[in-house]
Amino acid sequence: MEVPDQRVPAATFEELALPLFEQLYNFAHWLAQDASEAEDLVQETYAKALRAFSGFQLGTNFRAWMFRILRNTFLTSRTGLKSTSASEDEVETIASTAPNPETVLLERADREMVRQALTELPVPFREILLLCEVEEMSYEEISQVLVIPVGTVMSRLHRARKALRALMVEKFEGAPHGV
Amino acid sequence: MACDLWTAKLDAYVDGELSSLDAASLAQHLRQCAGCSADALERVQMKRAVAVAGKRYQPSAQLREKIQQSLVKRGRHEGSWVWKIVALPATLVLVLSLAVSLYVDHEKTLRQRVYSELTDLHVATLASASPVDVISTDRHTVKPWFQGKIPFSFNLPELQGTDFTLVGGRVSYLAQSPGAHLIYRFRQHEISVFIYQDRGDATAALASAPVSMLSFTVESWTKNGLRYFVVGDVGAQDIEGLSKLLRDAG
Repeated sequence: MEVPDQRVPAATFEELALPLFEQLYNFAHWLAQDASEAEDLVQETYAKALRAFSGFQLGTNFRAWMFRILRNTFLTSRTGLKSTSASEDEVETIASTAPNPETVLLERADREMVRQALTELPVPFREILLLCEVEEMSYEEISQVLVIPVGTVMSRLHRARKALRALMVEKFEGAPHGV
Repeated sequence: MACDLWTAKLDAYVDGELSSLDAASLAQHLRQCAGCSADALERVQMKRAVAVAGKRYQPSAQLREKIQQSLVKRGRHEGSWVWKIVALPATLVLVLSLAVSLYVDHEKTLRQRVYSELTDLHVATLASASPVDVISTDRHTVKPWFQGKIPFSFNLPELQGTDFTLVGGRVSYLAQSPGAHLIYRFRQHEISVFIYQDRGDATAALASAPVSMLSFTVESWTKNGLRYFVVGDVGAQDIEGLSKLLRDAG
């Protein structure tokens, strides 16, 4: 029996990849924390994805695939290597100091405060929150981007949210109009 | 089931990852338990806050063009020389029209982004328990309060004989640059006035005539190196009225 060719024709790469351009850039900038590095990351991602596209299989999540390439490119960059050198202990400490949710008065925290807190989070927490909340990816999609099991996605997401909450409380209490 | 068992499922619930059966049972529990319900609400608020704050960085039109071109270039490499000769003028036309439409799109997106960010700031500030950090109807109190907090100075208009009242001000940020956010009252409405340094690149695309967005009217102009925005849910005529006062003072 003839097996149908599951590969996507090359002409469709542009159609699939270009609509992701703004999302990929936003994610890259959040990871690298620098505009020109983010531009390099996005360009390299498109170049790598284009080269690897002939082997891309239909049925695989294209968005998750692109984000995975971007993230791997970041992790092997100089900034990426530095960012992952933060020890797991450090990450755990941030998460474990989180207070109870009711102590955060989110409605009084402004967007800049959330942005600051997100910027200060370690990369593993920042990236998973962005994928879940900004990109609205499912746990399954996130597991494909980060190459971790769904169970790990859930636990890391939980710790990331706790850590963000802790940072926000810290900022809120430090702010001049804090409670 | 005890609350802590439900709490463990709250993240998956707000992320829409629970099975429909579990989600229905948890929803039932939330209707009866104020504690878990407040917890769920806080998580939803946090999700929204991160979603809004996380959509932060916009790529430049030049980067988009570079990537588009790299894809077009690759397409050309794959063709024959004859094809290339035939396709070259068409490609040039395509790239040019693409660049023009990208520029137009970019300007449109930029404008929408700035305006929606400002209306968000306006609404969020008014919803806040302490909308202003300096509370005074006296412009001679509000203006000096900004000294040392923002890298520029500005003039505020005399409001005597008008329906506008100054409520106060706070420091605000647009595209990571600090500015002044002033709140005026007009009858039962509050109007925000934002003043930032005019950086040309980021705000050049903004229209000078009042623009309606959702139910808000936004007017913007530049004067003496400063970019002004007036945002409110009053009519365009009233926004223009306040804008004129500010223009004359600035």
